[in-house]
Amino acid sequence: MGFWITQSLNSLALGGLLFTLSAGFSLIFGLMRIANLSHGAYFMLGAYIGLTLLRTGMNFWLAMLLAGAAMAIFGALIERFVLRRLAGRTLSQVLATLGIAFMIADACLWIWSGDPMPLPGPASLEGAVPVLGARFPLYRLAVIAVAAVIYAGLLLVVERTRIGAMIRAGVDDLDMARAVGIPVKTLFTAVFALGAGLAGVGGVIAGPILSVYPGLDADMLPLALVVVILGGVGSLTGAAIGSVVIGFIYTFGQALLPDLAYVILFLPMVLVLVARPRGLFGRVTT
Amino acid sequence: MISPRVLARLAAEAIALAAVPLVAGNDYYVNLGSQVLIAAIFAMSLNILVGYGGMTSLGHAAYLGVSAYATAWLAQRMGMGPLAAGACALAITTLLAAFYGVLALRASGLGFLMITLALGQILWGLAYRWVAVTGGDNGLSGLARPAPFGWDLGSATAFYYFSLAVFGIAFAAIGLFVGSPFGASLKGARDQPRRMRALGYNVWLIRWISFVVSGFWGGVAGLLYVYYNNFISPHALSLTQSAEALLMVIAGGPATLLGPLVGAALVIVMKNVVSAYVERWTLLLGAVFVAIVIFLPDGLVPGAQRLWARWASRRGKGGR
Repeated sequence: MGFWITQSLNSLALGGLLFTLSAGFSLIFGLMRIANLSHGAYFMLGAYIGLTLLRTGMNFWLAMLLAGAAMAIFGALIERFVLRRLAGRTLSQVLATLGIAFMIADACLWIWSGDPMPLPGPASLEGAVPVLGARFPLYRLAVIAVAAVIYAGLLLVVERTRIGAMIRAGVDDLDMARAVGIPVKTLFTAVFALGAGLAGVGGVIAGPILSVYPGLDADMLPLALVVVILGGVGSLTGAAIGSVVIGFIYTFGQALLPDLAYVILFLPMVLVLVARPRGLFGRVTT
Repeated sequence: MISPRVLARLAAEAIALAAVPLVAGNDYYVNLGSQVLIAAIFAMSLNILVGYGGMTSLGHAAYLGVSAYATAWLAQRMGMGPLAAGACALAITTLLAAFYGVLALRASGLGFLMITLALGQILWGLAYRWVAVTGGDNGLSGLARPAPFGWDLGSATAFYYFSLAVFGIAFAAIGLFVGSPFGASLKGARDQPRRMRALGYNVWLIRWISFVVSGFWGGVAGLLYVYYNNFISPHALSLTQSAEALLMVIAGGPATLLGPLVGAALVIVMKNVVSAYVERWTLLLGAVFVAIVIFLPDGLVPGAQRLWARWASRRGKGGR
């Protein structure tokens, strides 16, 4: 019984991390029609920046916010000076993001060397607490809570504010959104920056659990793709449910069939593709 | 069908490629030549999808890698001869392409790209973690080069000529494929899928067959790859490998026959020269990728042809 509770909570924690990664990926894809292949790299770079900040003795949550802000600025610059130059050429934009991903990955290897490094978690959240008879690390509970807060916040922005209405309009019909005077270019920069910032935040909170290492980007990007293929493009709820599903499959796969966990992870994607190519909650057909 | 001028140009190119070992002088350059040819076959196979079919795949390393792993595994663990192992590996790779094609062609455009990427990553993850079969991070090593029909491929020069022969066959076969009426229907499916459907063509089937053919030739490149290196590791299945091939196609010129060869030469030479001096090859790869996408979107070969045409017409008019 303890095994199932512990692993379920682990699954939720991993799902929370995946959500911070895939929510931005999904919104960017839905609005800009770009598969941002540098998204995994933003996650990793965010974690490395967080690590450097933490080594100066900074408070964990402040380091998380600063790393997120740094990645948001970075993302805004990429959107403004690379992607916008290629506006209207979707494939070129996607390939450019791939080139950027390689550059970030190699630059990180250069600066932070090749050793895996765990980020120190916040001291106040050390230790484990009893949950339904099992003991569970407090930090992972905090991760679940943070992810839930981010989900609620994003949902509030997208569903209840004027900017959110603009984003939804853009996702549903970009040409019509332009025609009614929505400042689509600014919106693109804002959403890309938001996505990159969320990925950076995700990288920092993942740090104490996953550590940060070269190849973290290549490990995370396919997970984001699978979550989005599963949940559907441009849907926050789809990204949330997809993240939790993948979190459960990966965690239990890892525990029960360690050799094949990585392959089992992709099975739901295959099933969804066969049955419903636009994803479970997709607003956009790709 | 093929004009004498084109034939003469192809002959000149064939002679130039055949002369490489004679001019090169030392094995380093001959081996570099073999690497370029193997990469060119791989890029040509991807070009069927990307250039002629308009389907951008980021998972093409799957076919090179699976063919290479299957060859090494069948030859070493099952004790098969090189010919039998190669034939089985190609059959496995083609079957894999048939299966992956069904999945990837559920979507088009970016969906296709994401699915091929994810499918490719499955195999990469499998190669890393299924240690019992793949040797994990260490890969499979110690595979000896074969001597097909009594032709010992041990030396650099012999392997170069063998690669050149395979390259020639692949070049001719892919040239005939894309030049055939079927190839025309593939280009039609790329440019005007709705009209093709209205004309009664089965666009899905055309794309799927091309996907399988492309996977088969990717497998051929994998055979050469594993025998050239005598070694196979998960790197052969990595996203970097797929992206390098895509860069070769895009840099050289998609939907041109010679483009992949030019792109392969560019990438392989750059990689070897740069790696000799610095360790930052991936950084440069990324930068070149971004630069080519921004400044040379239609590739080197069409770009050069355009410049050549402009120069020729100016000379014709101005008389200077």
